[in-house]
This record gives sequence, structure tokens and C-alpha cells, in this order.
Amino acid sequence: MAHHDSVLAPYFSNIEQQREVNNLGMWIFLITEVMLFGGIFLAYSVYLYSYPEAFGAASRELNLYLSTANTFILLCSSLTMALAVHAAQTDKQRALVLFLVLTIVLGTIFLGIKAAEYYEEFQHNLIPGPLFQFEEAYLLQAQLFFSLYFAATGLHGVHMIIGGAILIYLTLKAWRGHYSSLNYDAIENIGLYWHFVDIAWVFIFPLFYLMERT
Amino acid sequence: MAHTDQQQEESAHVHHVIPIRIYLLVFAGLMILLVLTVAATFADFGGFDRVITLAIAAAKAALIMAYFMHLRYSQPLSIVFAGVGIIWLLILLLITLSDYLARGGVVPAS
Repeated sequence: MAHHDSVLAPYFSNIEQQREVNNLGMWIFLITEVMLFGGIFLAYSVYLYSYPEAFGAASRELNLYLSTANTFILLCSSLTMALAVHAAQTDKQRALVLFLVLTIVLGTIFLGIKAAEYYEEFQHNLIPGPLFQFEEAYLLQAQLFFSLYFAATGLHGVHMIIGGAILIYLTLKAWRGHYSSLNYDAIENIGLYWHFVDIAWVFIFPLFYLMERT
Repeated sequence: MAHTDQQQEESAHVHHVIPIRIYLLVFAGLMILLVLTVAATFADFGGFDRVITLAIAAAKAALIMAYFMHLRYSQPLSIVFAGVGIIWLLILLLITLSDYLARGGVVPAS
């Protein structure tokens, strides 16, 4: 069997131990990310409980069609990401590159739709600041809603961009045959990151777009 | 420390490869949950609206974590850390919210 890059670091006793340590390290990072997004979700939950009517009115201004499409696209990208890891595990280099590229494409489409949403919100004067407009009774609370909305989706978008950049780098390496069933930890780990960002959106979507809509 | 190719190959194939069929089934489940999530928005469950919405989101997250993130087939230590992260988040949310819920929410701006 051909060995591509069997990169066993000398301080590990076998490659399985190295893989397990890499896996645990990534999970430790991800639970710090859970707390990062968790802070925003906490703030949103407290204010959603306190101002349900205002938040409902604000939520109805968000685009349900674009966001549902985005949720679908992101779930598809998680599938292509999982299939990329599978391809790496089974030494299918061309399939690995294909699924990595598909994941990047889907992620880019997501960001494009998000940008369109932001532009629509800008046109409707929903960006907190001097240009913000809303019905008088809910003015302050609606601005609060949109501050939290842009914080959550903005943070999520930044995570998508960083994930996309890393994916591009890994795709180039995969294209050059760097990964195999003996060396795919990087693919597995970017997969974990990507799935986490998907889970973050899986909560952002119902919390901001669906909770108090009706 | 020298490793024979044989040793490396044997330990390398200890890792669990999830069949593509499972991934597709999980994806189908996620699609069903997505439809349910949006449909549930327009249904009325009395006081349970928010609970149902969050439960569906949690189900999606559980599927993604167990299968796409391989948690179901991971070493126990990774599962513990993932669980700890969720528990920390729940502590943050539940204790803070129990404080606000006991006081009727945020003091409204005058």
C-alpha cells in the first residue's frame, strides 16, 4: 500500500493516539466557541423574554425565505463536508477535492444570500444607528433586537469566512495529494469546525427568525 | 522511535469509517426537521411554542454532533468534553434566565 504522508509525530506512540489527541484538541476549541456564541444567545434570550411583542414585530421584518434557503444550503454544506472526510478516510483523492470544493461553493452562496439580506435590511432602515426607523412604540427594543441580530449573524459570517479560507487552503493541499487514510486529521478537524458553525446557524435561525414571528 | 509500516497501517485502520448511507439518512432527517421547524412557526402549541422550536433545533444539533461530527464513534474523552461544553452553556443560560424570570424580566427603560 502506498504511503503518502504518514506524519506520525515522534512524541506519539502510534497514529491512533495522534488522531485522538488532534480530535480532543479541536473539541476543546469548539466548546470555547460554544461559550462565545452562548453569550450572544443569553443576551438575546433575556431581552426576548422581556420584550416579546417588540421582538416579534422586529422579527417579522427579517426575510424568512432567504434565511430558510440559507439554512438548507448550510445543511447541504455539512453533508458535503462529511462526505469529504469520508473520501479522505477511504483514499479517494478526487472525491475529497470535489466535496471540499462543493462545501466552499455552498458556503460562498450562503454568504452571498446573507449579504443580500443585509442590503435589504439597510434599505429598510433596520441598521441600528442614526438611520434606524421603526414604529414608535417599539423603537428602542427593535434597535436592541437588530443589534443582537447583526452581532450574532455577523459573528457567524466571520466564522464562515475564516472556515472558507481554511477550506481553500486545505483543498489546494488535497489537490496535491497531501491527504490519505493515514493522514487526514486536518480534514476531520476543519469538518468539526464547519459542523459547529452549521449548528450555530441552526440555533440562530429559529431564535431570530422564527421565535416570536407569529 | 521507529515504527514499522505494518504497525502504522494496523493502527491507522482502527478508525471508524461511517458509511455514506448513514450520512444520507442523517441529511434526510435534518431536512425533515427543517420543514418541521418552519411549519411549527405557523402552528399554535399554546405555551409550548418556544419549547418546541428549541427542541427541534436541539434535535438537529444532536444529529449533526452524533454523526457528522462522529461523536457517536469518538473516544469517550471527546464525548465528555463536548458534553461539558453543552452543560456549561446550559448553566449560563438557565441560571441567568432563572434570575430574570423570577423578577419579571429586564427593568424597562423609563
